[in-house]
Amino acid sequence: MRIALFITCLADAMFPEVGKATVRVLERLGQTVEFPAEQTCCGQMHVNTGYQKQALPLVEQFAEVFAPYDVIVAPSGSCVGSIRHQHAMIAKRFGSPALGKQVESVAAKTYELSEFLVDALDVTDVGAYFPHRVTYHPTCHSLRMLDVGEKPIKLLRAVDALELVELPAADQCCGFGGTFAIKNADTSTAMLADKMRNVLDTGAEICTAGDSSCLMHIGGGLSRLRAGAKTVHLAQILAATREEPMVLGRAERQADVHAGPEAVL
Amino acid sequence: MSAPVMLGIPTIPPTSPRGVGNLRGEDRFPVAARRALADTQLRRNLGKATATIRSKRAQVVAELSDWEELREAGRQLKVHTMANLPDYLAQLESAVIAQGGVVHWARDANDANAIVIDLVRGKGVDEVVKVKSMATQEIGLNEALEAAGIAPLETDLAELIVQLGHDKPSHILVPAIHRNRAEIREIFLREMAEVDPALTDEPEALAGAARQHLRRKFLSAKMAISGANFAIAETGTLGVVESEGNGRMCLTLPDTLITIMGIEKLVPRWQDLEVFLQLLPRSSTGERMNPYTSMWTGVTPGDGPQEFHLILLDNGRSAVLADAQGRDALNCIRCSACLNVCPVYERTGGHAYGSVYPGPIGAILSPQLTGIEDNASLPYASSLCGACYDVCPVKINIPEILVHLRAKHTETYAAEHRVPSAEASAMSAAAWVMSNPKRWTLALRSGRLGRLLGRKRDVIGQVPVPLAKQWTDARDFARPPKQTFRDWWAAEHGGVR
Repeated sequence: MRIALFITCLADAMFPEVGKATVRVLERLGQTVEFPAEQTCCGQMHVNTGYQKQALPLVEQFAEVFAPYDVIVAPSGSCVGSIRHQHAMIAKRFGSPALGKQVESVAAKTYELSEFLVDALDVTDVGAYFPHRVTYHPTCHSLRMLDVGEKPIKLLRAVDALELVELPAADQCCGFGGTFAIKNADTSTAMLADKMRNVLDTGAEICTAGDSSCLMHIGGGLSRLRAGAKTVHLAQILAATREEPMVLGRAERQADVHAGPEAVL
Repeated sequence: MSAPVMLGIPTIPPTSPRGVGNLRGEDRFPVAARRALADTQLRRNLGKATATIRSKRAQVVAELSDWEELREAGRQLKVHTMANLPDYLAQLESAVIAQGGVVHWARDANDANAIVIDLVRGKGVDEVVKVKSMATQEIGLNEALEAAGIAPLETDLAELIVQLGHDKPSHILVPAIHRNRAEIREIFLREMAEVDPALTDEPEALAGAARQHLRRKFLSAKMAISGANFAIAETGTLGVVESEGNGRMCLTLPDTLITIMGIEKLVPRWQDLEVFLQLLPRSSTGERMNPYTSMWTGVTPGDGPQEFHLILLDNGRSAVLADAQGRDALNCIRCSACLNVCPVYERTGGHAYGSVYPGPIGAILSPQLTGIEDNASLPYASSLCGACYDVCPVKINIPEILVHLRAKHTETYAAEHRVPSAEASAMSAAAWVMSNPKRWTLALRSGRLGRLLGRKRDVIGQVPVPLAKQWTDARDFARPPKQTFRDWWAAEHGGVR
C-alpha cells in the first residue's frame, strides 16, 4: 500500500510539527509514508472565498500528484472535506470529463488522519503517551462534512495517561471559517470568546482537534488572553510516547506547539 | 417603458425591485453585526432563546425513527414542485377560482401592495387585521398600507410587540426574539392606550394585556390579510399553521380575506401535507404538532369569509428558480431551525442581516431575491460550519449555496469591472504560486521573513496592517517556523520524491 501524506499548505508553512507527528504515528504502526514534493494546496480557500476558477489549477495539481498512490492521508478534516465535496464541483464547472473522473477516484482514497487510523488500519490504540488534561473540539468539517464521529475520541481515550474532559457545546463552531475570520472579524471573535470560555471551563491545559486552522484561531485567542491553556493538534498527541514525550514548555525548547501562552507555533 | 420582446431567447426574470419592501439593509453585514455584537442584552436574549428552541427541537426530532426519510421526502416533494412550478400554479389558480376565490398575480412587491390597497379601498375599510406572514413583511405591506391611510394590525403576539415597538422582526418564527420581558412590558405600557398601568413582566400578564387589546379588533374587523404556509394545487386549499389562535380568528371572523403567498409555497397534493405537517412543527417550535392548523378552500357560503382573494407573489422568485445551483433556497418552509443552530445568527441576531429573512436561509435567499449586488455581504456571513444543513427539514445544502453565491458575487464583479478587486488579484496571485510546486517552495522560504515580525517573542501580537489587523486584533499569530515541513522532509529523506 503506497501511502502519501498530504501535509496541507497551512501545516507545511506554519505547523511542520503536525506533519512530522503524522509521519511518526503512521511509521510506528508499520506503514511507509511518502511525501510527494509537488503537492501544494487543495484550493479550499479559493473556492470558499468565491474564486472557483482560480481553484482549478490547484485541483488539477492535487489530482495529478496524488493519483498514483493507494491512499492519501491528511491531518485536516477541512481540507479532506474540500477534496471530497468541492473538487468534483470545480472539475465539473471548469475542467475536462477526464479531470472529473480523476478527482473522483483521488477523493475516494483520501482520508483524514483519524478516519485512516480507525477505519482503514482498524487501530484505536496507537501506543501514545500524553500525561495531560485534554479537551477535544470536533471541528465543523470533521464533524459534519466527514462525519468522523467518535473516531478522534476513541483514539484519545486509548492514549496512556491522558485525561480526557468533555468540552461543553463542543459542536459549536469556533468562529474560524477561513476568510470569515477576516471578513467578519467581530462575529468570528464573538464565537471564539464562547469557545475559549468553554475550553477554560473544562480546566484542560490542552484543547486538541484535527485541524490546524481552527487550532491556530483558538490558540491565538488563548495566547492573547494569557489564558493558561493552549492548542495541540491530535496528530501531535498521538505521536507522543513514553520514550519521546512531548514537551509543552517554552518556545525555545518546543518550537511547534500551536500558539499558547509563551509558546509558539 | 415596456420590456423588449425576445422570442425564443430565455431571459433572466426580474429580481425584487429597490425602494420597496424589507429585503435590503442599510449597512453591510460586518458593520451591522459589529453594532449588534456590542449589545450585551441582545446577546443574552438571543443566546437563551435559541438554546431553548434548539434543545426542544432536538428532543422531538429524536422521537421519530423515520426523521431522515421524512426529510428526504420533503426535499423530493419540493424539488419536484419547483421543477413543475408553472403547471402546478395554473392548477392552483383553476382550483381556487372553481371554489369561489379570486386569484391575482403580482410580479413584485409594488404590484402586490397595489392590489391589496385597491381591494381594501374597494370595501371602504380603513383597518385590517393581519395573520403573521413573512411575505407581507418581505413586500413592506404594512408600510404601504399606512401610506395609503389604512391601519394594519398585527395579531400575532410577537409581531404585535414588533409593531408597537416601531421595530423590525429579527427572526422568521419568533420576530421579537431580541426582546425580553422587561422590554415588552415597557413597549406595552407606552403603546397600548388601555393597558393597566400596574402591568408586570410576567408572561401571563403580558399575554393577557395583548389578548384584551386584540379581542376587540378581531370582533370588529371587516378584512383580514394572511400569508400561507402551504397551498395545495389539486384542491386549491390554503393552509396556515400557528400557535396562538389569532390566525384562526383572522381567517374565520372577517367578511373578506386576502392571502398573499410566495409562488414557491405550493405542494402538489393534499397527501403531501402528511410530510410537511410532521417536518414543520418539530423543526420550528420544537412541538410534535402545532396548536392550530387552519385550512380553507375558496369560499364556503354561510361559513367564514364570503370573499377570498389569493395574491400569488413572484418578487424575484422566478429569478431564483432560474439559477440551477441556487434554486433550492426556494424549497424553504420557513421553519427557522437553521437560524436557531447558526452560531453567527445566535450572536448577531436578525437585524444585522438587513432583510426579513435572516440567518443561514436569509443569507442564501435575500441575495438571490434582490440580485447579488444588493446583498453582497450576506453570503460571507457564515463560517460554513454546516449546522444549518444538518437541521434543515428539506435538506437545503445551505453551505454549498453560500459558496455558489460567493462565486456568483466575485464573477459578477469581475464581469462588470475592468480592474480586478484587490482580493481577486491576491487570489489569482496565490493560485499562480500554489499551482506550481517550485513557486510554492520559494514562497514558503520567503514567507519565513515573517519571523522577523516576532523575533523578540514567539508569537506575533497586534499588527496594524489591513488583513493582519483583522486577525491580530483578537488573536495572536504564530511566528512562522524556522523550517517548513517540506524542507524538513527533504533534509531527512534526501529529497526523495
